[in-house]
Amino acid sequence: MQDTMTRLSPAQLESLGSELDALRQRVVDDLGDRDVDYIRNVIRVQRALEAGGRGLLFASILPPAWLAGTTALALSKILDNMEIGHNVMHGQYDWTNDPALSSKEFEWDTACPADQWRHSHNYMHHTYTNIVGKDRDIGYGVLRMTEEEPWEPRWLGNPVYALALALFFQYGVAMHDLEVEHIGEGELEWRSRPNLLRGIWRKVRAQTLKDYVLFPLLSGPQAPLVLSANATANLVRNVWAFTIIFCGHFPEGTAEFSQEETANETRGEWYLRQMLGSANLTGGNLFHILSGNLSYQIEHHLYPDIPAHRYAEIAEEVREICERYELPYNTGPLHTQFGSVVGKIFRLALPGRGGQKSAVHEAESNGRALAAGADGRAGTAQGRTAAAR
Amino acid sequence: MPPPRRPRFDPARDRRRLVRRLAGSGLLEALTAPHGVERYLELVLPGFSLHDLRAEIVHVRRPTATSVTLRLRPNELWRGFHAGQFVSMTVEIDGVRRTRCYSPSSSQHAPDGELEFTVRSHPEGLVSRYLCEHAQPGKVVELTQAEGDFVLPTRRSERLLLISGGSGITPVLSMLRTLCDEGHDAPVTFLHYARQERDVPYRAELIELASRHPNVRVAYVYTREPGSRLHGHLERAHLRAVDRCYRQAEVYVCGPPGLIEAARALWVGDGHEERVHSESFLPPRLLMTSGEASGSVSFAASGIQAVASGTTLLEQAEQAGLSPAYGCRMGICHTCTCRKLAGQVRNVNSGELSSCEDEEIQICVSVPAGDVELDL
Repeated sequence: MQDTMTRLSPAQLESLGSELDALRQRVVDDLGDRDVDYIRNVIRVQRALEAGGRGLLFASILPPAWLAGTTALALSKILDNMEIGHNVMHGQYDWTNDPALSSKEFEWDTACPADQWRHSHNYMHHTYTNIVGKDRDIGYGVLRMTEEEPWEPRWLGNPVYALALALFFQYGVAMHDLEVEHIGEGELEWRSRPNLLRGIWRKVRAQTLKDYVLFPLLSGPQAPLVLSANATANLVRNVWAFTIIFCGHFPEGTAEFSQEETANETRGEWYLRQMLGSANLTGGNLFHILSGNLSYQIEHHLYPDIPAHRYAEIAEEVREICERYELPYNTGPLHTQFGSVVGKIFRLALPGRGGQKSAVHEAESNGRALAAGADGRAGTAQGRTAAAR
Repeated sequence: MPPPRRPRFDPARDRRRLVRRLAGSGLLEALTAPHGVERYLELVLPGFSLHDLRAEIVHVRRPTATSVTLRLRPNELWRGFHAGQFVSMTVEIDGVRRTRCYSPSSSQHAPDGELEFTVRSHPEGLVSRYLCEHAQPGKVVELTQAEGDFVLPTRRSERLLLISGGSGITPVLSMLRTLCDEGHDAPVTFLHYARQERDVPYRAELIELASRHPNVRVAYVYTREPGSRLHGHLERAHLRAVDRCYRQAEVYVCGPPGLIEAARALWVGDGHEERVHSESFLPPRLLMTSGEASGSVSFAASGIQAVASGTTLLEQAEQAGLSPAYGCRMGICHTCTCRKLAGQVRNVNSGELSSCEDEEIQICVSVPAGDVELDL
């Protein structure tokens, strides 16, 4: 097996690990008022957008008010779910001891209960990132996002499933921890999941009550307009979150790994897997905030519990480390990265493996050639790429 | 004991009560789910809370170079206190919430439930230093309800002796002020130990109280001013000098452990140990710096004690038969995050020591350094 991960010797891996540890420590030592002020400002803006949007929709009979209210509400939900919810629940602000910023106590405005999210995302996805068979974010159980998944006729529907997942993303995320695909395969039963189902039902009910019953009813004759506005805001958030999240690990060039090769990882190897398995997005400040700084997916996967607004500040350094170790640093604008994801969704709808681009080829064609040659080591952490086959 | 007095008519308070009633309604909770009304209101009304006891600093005075006197107005959730009790105060310092215990020095009958605290800054005391340097009117802090059984008996005693040392003055001053507010007319002797005269807070107030209340006698002992009339540490001669009938008094002592032990020994010698009521102000425990795993681990919620084995607190908890939540076991996912009530831990990834009381830690990457108490 000739691949990406074996290109670093054990000594290199160890120094990579300690360099990244040192960078992390520098940021941790500097945490303080600045970080708390930042997240509280974002929260203030989000709560103002939420209250303002809901308020405007009481005049939704006027088209500009409908449009402005819907936009404000969509932005509020996006901020709530991404820059605030996702990041707070990662424990990025646990060091503040503020219950309003505590990963254990935060609940977000989406169908997925916070505790289930912390399990499926913080633990499963962030610990086993891109390990086929363990990281259930690969395809969310409903898509074929890797060649490792054998083709079956049902995958012809891949693009349709992806579109449906995008439109109803919050429910897709909510079902994540249920492992629905295993229920379908008879490995699990619905009945074995009563607590998870109850939690989801509680969240879905609260959101439905608020967005589709109470606010429309309170607005009297404008009820249909308010209902449509709230549905639109939820839909916009769904599609946006899907787009950003799918750009995190699925653009061409991101690597996948097998369970065997990642069985006994060192810290350096774990870092390496996170870097090789993630991809960034370029864009302006506002874009990064609205993406919850998931546009810095590489930095986020290295340091999932460091306040996300810090990723931009360390990105240059991470990139420099990648260059020094001759590792790819997969980044690009949204349209390129998402185009690449869409291409993969369509390509994997069809059978066959031939002619596919590998991670290594992709990285090389991106002009960040990997060091060839001297494999200092074989074994524990060999990246799985099509080139190996 | 009489309940704390409240003013009869206060439009601002009635308005706040109305807001509270409206905000607490189920409809508003449903409309603001999942965050709840509170998380919206606190952005415009920082002192207001439906659930959290908060207080606004309304007045700040710096009586000596190293101390600060704060007057706090708690929100509607405050249930009052009995003189001598303490509260936990949480302040945010450089983004991190820190909690410390302080005893109010004000009378329990102060108007509008206002509380006064005097905090002396210690070179090592993060919170006391912060309060001395940065406390400002308008700032909001979090409080807990008052706790502690260092209180006057419901039937006020005939003869009282209040002894304090250093910053232990606050709870006994609260007792004295409370007694004066109640028109208590039996003899009360207030005996305070300080290093030197300029270290005594409330000197002017105490002189004023003694002049207005003939039953109150105030005396100071300076441990480091040999020239003064009374000096050195607590001894029988001091007691005789301030109150000839001190043997008949109920005694309330607050201060460093040495002062309390001395008082206890005197009354034990007299065969009246039950008359001594005390509260110790312990200096913060010295921190271990070796980082060696040692000492004991106590899991407070389950009442289990274990000897530190050098492994992570998560493993220790599991060995002790507990099954705390965990995920990655490498410090990534925060599933195992747990409240550390006391003690010091070392992060195995960074080697960093952390000794804050009442902080969230990741037990999968924390090993104890000294005795540790976890909320598990």
